[in-house]
Amino acid sequence: MAEFTLPKNSKIGKGKTVKADGASNVKKFSVYRWNPDDGQNPRMDTFEVDMDNCGPMVLDALIKIKNEMDSTLTFRRSCREGICGSCAMNIDGTNTLACTKAIDDVKGEVKITPLPHREVVKDLVPDLNDFYAQYASIKPWMETQSTTPEKERLQSVEDRAKLDGLYECILCACCSTSCPSYWWNGDKYLGPAILLQAYRWLIDSRDENTGERLDDLEDPFRLYRCHTIMNCANACPKGLNPAKAIAEIKIMMAERHG
Amino acid sequence: MSDLRTPLAKVRGLGSAKGGTHHWMMQKVTALANIPLVLFVVVSFVGNVGKSHADWVAWFKQPLAAVIMILFVLNTMHHLRLGLQVAVEDYVPSHGNRTLVITLINFVVAILAVLSVFSILRIAFGG
Repeated sequence: MAEFTLPKNSKIGKGKTVKADGASNVKKFSVYRWNPDDGQNPRMDTFEVDMDNCGPMVLDALIKIKNEMDSTLTFRRSCREGICGSCAMNIDGTNTLACTKAIDDVKGEVKITPLPHREVVKDLVPDLNDFYAQYASIKPWMETQSTTPEKERLQSVEDRAKLDGLYECILCACCSTSCPSYWWNGDKYLGPAILLQAYRWLIDSRDENTGERLDDLEDPFRLYRCHTIMNCANACPKGLNPAKAIAEIKIMMAERHG
Repeated sequence: MSDLRTPLAKVRGLGSAKGGTHHWMMQKVTALANIPLVLFVVVSFVGNVGKSHADWVAWFKQPLAAVIMILFVLNTMHHLRLGLQVAVEDYVPSHGNRTLVITLINFVVAILAVLSVFSILRIAFGG
């Protein structure tokens, strides 16, 4: 059966508290810490951040903590403007991007943990290898049978518009790791992010392998573990709706089923 | 034993089962059919509350009532089977256990369905 409690070596303990000396405007950040090399259980460290000398986003606070309070704090970040998807983590109980989540939007202590139900590499860094392999498995590139045209492949304005709400996905994994179905059956279920990407290629008028793509998805686990829970749409920091994309795939399946 | 397969090999696994759409569609169809059937059964049963055994038997002897009751039983049992299978697939991870549990559910539901239909027919055609 599914496990509903953490294994012994994953139980989270209380960690250290680092104070902001001499600061008057302080915000507390409770951050998940785990080091694979020290043999210790994970812990929640508390950092008191001087908000008079900190940027507005959660990522600003994390960078400030790493620069000034504890250089061993480990997290992924790159673009700091919500386009690379690196800094996806669970902030105040919701999967989102640290760089676009305003500190002021969180009341009281800011609790930060890695994306749920993934193995942790270190601190806030989850192991997303399977997620990327699932992305590769749906062949996220254009597949054609006809002879390559001399110029670009044409697409009508209407057909191009079908990609809106899909192409914006940055593969941050906020949606997939918020999905209970993905938690329980993530080894086989492709999850909302990958299925939204799959639909992005299914609906592309220039792609010629729609049938084969549907063949690969037609599976009780790969596609039909989606029970329209809609956590994905709630979590998406880009405001996309993976659940709708999955529903569209199911409609395509039903259409060809007759 | 460590698993040295690549992540892609694990994800691609045994490939697509090329199925699931029929199951998904039948779940929707039986759900749709359940709306009028359940409504009929609830309204009829509430209307019969407090009546004598003989009145209930008389009610079941009406061809329309008996036919709709049989449809109701078959439809809800089919819907139950499909729904329970999904729940088991969600929460029972081991392939061997999963298949066993789903098979047992199918047996129980089949027995319940045939028993119910037989009972309705027995009342409908009984002396």
